Amino acid sequence: MAPALVLYGLFVLFPIVQAARFSLFDWNGLEALDNYVGTANVSRALADPVFFGAIVHNAVIVILSLVVQIPFALGLALMLNRQFVGRSILRLIFFAPYVVAEVITAIVWSLLLQPNGLAQHFLSAIGLGSAYHPWLADPKTVLIALFFIITWKYFGFHMILLLAGLQGIPRELEEAAAIDGASRWQQLRHVTLPLLGPTIRVSVFLSIIGSLQLFDLVWVTTRGGPVNASNTMAVYMFDRGVVRFQFGYGSAVAVILFLVCFVLALAYQRWVLRRDTEGATTYG
Amino acid sequence: MAEVVSQRPPARSTRPSRLGHVAGSVLSYAVLLAVAALIVVPVAYAVLGGFRDAPQLARDPVGLPDPWVVSNYTDSLLSGSFWVQLRNSALVAVLSTFIVVLFAALAAFVIARREFPGKELAYTLFTLGLLFPATVAILPLIILLRDLRLLDNPLGLALPEAAFGLPLTIIILRPFFRSIPSELEDAARIDGCGSLGFFFRILVPLARPALVVVAALAIVSSWNQFLLPLVLLSDPNNWTLPLGLTNFSTQYTTDSARILAYTTLALVPALAFYVVAERQLVGGLTAGAVKE
Repeated sequence: MAPALVLYGLFVLFPIVQAARFSLFDWNGLEALDNYVGTANVSRALADPVFFGAIVHNAVIVILSLVVQIPFALGLALMLNRQFVGRSILRLIFFAPYVVAEVITAIVWSLLLQPNGLAQHFLSAIGLGSAYHPWLADPKTVLIALFFIITWKYFGFHMILLLAGLQGIPRELEEAAAIDGASRWQQLRHVTLPLLGPTIRVSVFLSIIGSLQLFDLVWVTTRGGPVNASNTMAVYMFDRGVVRFQFGYGSAVAVILFLVCFVLALAYQRWVLRRDTEGATTYG
Repeated sequence: MAEVVSQRPPARSTRPSRLGHVAGSVLSYAVLLAVAALIVVPVAYAVLGGFRDAPQLARDPVGLPDPWVVSNYTDSLLSGSFWVQLRNSALVAVLSTFIVVLFAALAAFVIARREFPGKELAYTLFTLGLLFPATVAILPLIILLRDLRLLDNPLGLALPEAAFGLPLTIIILRPFFRSIPSELEDAARIDGCGSLGFFFRILVPLARPALVVVAALAIVSSWNQFLLPLVLLSDPNNWTLPLGLTNFSTQYTTDSARILAYTTLALVPALAFYVVAERQLVGGLTAGAVKE
């Protein structure tokens, strides 16, 4: 216990407290920490339209993940929750991007989507050449393109969670509903989905936390560009704090990011996950 | 519809019993295959793209390379830096996995099987760690590791990686340790086993499947880590694969084929590991997230 607490305290809790302290100073990370500015860093961040844009982008990714990615993963999990030829190989393929680093995902997709890349050639080959667009280079489409790449990487992860949840639902329940005359849709709506609730809620939770921290993929594909159109809170923090050596200001951004994640997560735990964690559970 | 469904045998064969079902099955198959293609195509594009030269890749990236160019792969394999990065990635992954599994197992053991004041608080603190984005800690971590003289050091990277892996690992291990009957512990105590003796001689061997699962998760998470190495390692001799790869891709922006070859080389170990450890990864993630 003690070694874990020390490790955890030193490298997880202490840095977070330090971030709060650094955020009160104007500091480049090298000189003495003596230029106290109070909450000026935080107000500066909140007043910066670029940072505000980053928050909005994170919010867009969160919403798209919940509205598109998780239902998509759920649909696939329902399809895979049946016996058919090729089922295990499909599951193996869908989950594979989980082990593919975001960096690798980012590099391959950037090359694939760039002008003269595979996407453009493929679209012209099937006669849809005019549908090609340099999605990652256009501020209007970059966020959607990034979300597509995120989904490529993560839907399999959610699908695997949901599939495990589905397999925990006794078949007899759906069969009983069927005998009572429930249509397939009604079985899904009134039997399967409610029973899958706890898993869906965990999936949603992980998706929110992941989307709020989005960094690797964005940094490697676009560095937050073009013209900040794909900036996220983490990218903004890294750019100001590490690249521009504004440690105090970067820490203020980190504190805001922390508060956003923490408050959302606690609220979610309290109001949504609570009913799942009452009684004996393995989670939380 | 109702009769059709209820006629279905309990084993739930997928043999469609009506035209609608046939259409439904065909449609699901089509969707599943399209999604599978969407997963496989980028990977195949990277692997095959590495076997082209840049003009060929720009002219015709679809289909098999013609002619097959192996120099992108051989250049990278002979360059030395790929092997250095591979070794660094492996070293950091082994270190951080060892640390996180050992420390988390000890902590999960105590939390699962001992009563002491502050126990619930400690467990809550660890579970809250799931909500702490590592990103938040990045700037102070640079300062901390600088003060500890652990910047540009594999251990300096492995320690924070392990620390951020503790919450998930403890959450997965705790119920497992709890499920081991207390009679075993009593018997061990009668035979003169102390707490640590029980942990190492009885619990660890019994919990081996669970430990393998959390180790597999830790390896993948360390292997793919980007932000921590990006800020903690500056000497190219210490770079891990994701760092080396991003650097390589900015260095050869004009030669996509070369980048794809290097990317493929970086991807191979991860995919090989996936094929071997898929069951453990799935088991660990679902144990962490799905109620029993």
